[in-house]
Amino acid sequence: MKAVTTSSAGVQQQTLGKKRERSFWRTALRNRYLYMMSLPFIIWVFVFSYYPLWGWTMAFQKFKPAKSFWEQDWVGFDQFKILFQDDTFYLVMRNTLAMSFMGIIAGFAVPIVFAVLLNEVKNMAFKRVAQTISYLPHFVSWVVVAGIVSKMLSTDHGTINEVLMWLGLIDQPIQFLAKPHYFWGIVTVSDVWKEMGWNTIIYLAAIAGISQEMYEAAKVDGANRIRQIWHITLPGIRSTIIILLIMSIGHLIQIGFEKQFLLGNNLVRDYSQVLDLYSLEYGLQMSRYSFGTAVNIFNSVVSIILLFAANGIFKKITKESIM
Amino acid sequence: MTSKRLLGNAPLSDRFLSVVVYVFVIFVMIVTLYPFLNVLALSFNDSVDSVRGGITIFPRDLTLENYKVIFSFSGLITGFKISVFRTVAGTVLGLISASMLAFTLSRPDFQGRKFVSVFLALTMYVSGGLIPVYFLIRDLHMMGTFWVYILPGLVSAFNVFVIRSFMDGIPYALQESAKLDGANDFTIYWRLILPMSKPALATIALFLAVGQWNSWFDTYLYNGSAEALTTLQYELMKVLQSTTSGNNVDIHNSNMTQMMSTVSPESVKMAITIVVTVPILLVYPFLQRYFVKGMTLGAVKG
Repeated sequence: MKAVTTSSAGVQQQTLGKKRERSFWRTALRNRYLYMMSLPFIIWVFVFSYYPLWGWTMAFQKFKPAKSFWEQDWVGFDQFKILFQDDTFYLVMRNTLAMSFMGIIAGFAVPIVFAVLLNEVKNMAFKRVAQTISYLPHFVSWVVVAGIVSKMLSTDHGTINEVLMWLGLIDQPIQFLAKPHYFWGIVTVSDVWKEMGWNTIIYLAAIAGISQEMYEAAKVDGANRIRQIWHITLPGIRSTIIILLIMSIGHLIQIGFEKQFLLGNNLVRDYSQVLDLYSLEYGLQMSRYSFGTAVNIFNSVVSIILLFAANGIFKKITKESIM
Repeated sequence: MTSKRLLGNAPLSDRFLSVVVYVFVIFVMIVTLYPFLNVLALSFNDSVDSVRGGITIFPRDLTLENYKVIFSFSGLITGFKISVFRTVAGTVLGLISASMLAFTLSRPDFQGRKFVSVFLALTMYVSGGLIPVYFLIRDLHMMGTFWVYILPGLVSAFNVFVIRSFMDGIPYALQESAKLDGANDFTIYWRLILPMSKPALATIALFLAVGQWNSWFDTYLYNGSAEALTTLQYELMKVLQSTTSGNNVDIHNSNMTQMMSTVSPESVKMAITIVVTVPILLVYPFLQRYFVKGMTLGAVKG
């Protein structure tokens, strides 16, 4: 018989394997509610986040929506060749990177300064009111912010023009939103206005984590408050700043399109077109689906490379991983 | 006494710093608030009078006409209803799904824990992009339906991880003793863990609600021609874009232009902006202590 011919060690292994298998199913049975509670969402994530990746095949075809997958014409990397030979693409990349870098510089500097100064406010009620007010723009949509920005910058009695004229800096109103060279600046300033207060949250939390003893010790040594900021507060939040800076590298070319879509117009087009808008306009609205998908792929692949690069830098500095 | 003397003896540089701090913070408060107050004043001001300019934070010729006009426009009423409905439905369904998934991931005895965490975390970095998602929505026959507002964004990895890290802080022994009393995992989730996670849930509820209330691009992309499914933000976007010079968007049909004959488009814009902004103003200050905590929690976890 079979049982007789097998060695005793084999029998042991077999029963062990069976036991493990049985215990797996037993645990699974015990986990049945947990499976029921997570499975629907795992399927959901698969459909809405992973399945679209299959759509990347479109970029290697001459995609026609009416045809089935098997009937499409395959063109290899032709769409990418067209993309990299398109002058508009380089213009778009320039705009994307320019607004991204300006956003990073201003989006870091201003909230840090604001957080450090807020921390110096000793009147708690005043500080709370200031914080509540500064969070407000974060919660309104870009549609509203775009409306407010264009109102403030408008040539008929817009506040900015009124103030500049009152100060005597200009003689007649400037059409800010029609001037291509102002566009990057307007986007950056609007972004800072919207997110400045919100972005202080993380720095204020980091500052709150600095031990009070260090300030006491500095006081004993005769350091005034400005020196305390310079020697204790800023070094205390340095690691937070570095982490956030490195993480922002991963989003270097993913700057979205809302601001540019809503604030831009045909007059400033050469400065407002960014990567996502490019794929929307040249891909979807002109029905060049394969080309638009190629732009999407370029965007994703570069972002992943940047993310790994950022993680590598981060590992070197802190011996930890953010992923 | 001592404190008074201390202040009196404070070095000049410290007093200088205090002045700089208060000047800067007050400046920020003004710069943040003024545009909203200006828009508010203009929305209550007579539209002919507004053209003269000079309105700052108080209306000069008080009127409710602008609001009467925009609320007589059916698109805005529909938009308001749909916006409220998608906010409520999206928040409730989003909360349930994120917290349920978070609960299973916070259970050390759950077999699928590791796999699901990675599976979910990857979605934060990889996405198919605009066009593949567009075709997915089309193939699922969700275009021109209300579901396009709810389903695509239902599970967000960030929200799940924020709630999970909060649930990780609840002692597991509580769940074990509930189990001894005969509770199953769903009961533990619903009756024990969910009520205890209120601070995290409040934060995520606010993020979900604000995200739903503020979104306009899904309406633009999928429901632009479905008038019964329009949203407030989309209606505002149409008005804003239709009056911008040389805009790059084709607006399907702007019924708004008809009603603009009675009051100026500027006043209409201001009134809609206020209608869109006020609901948010009424909610977020009360949830402040929750979301500040939630933000720090999420950021620590990356």
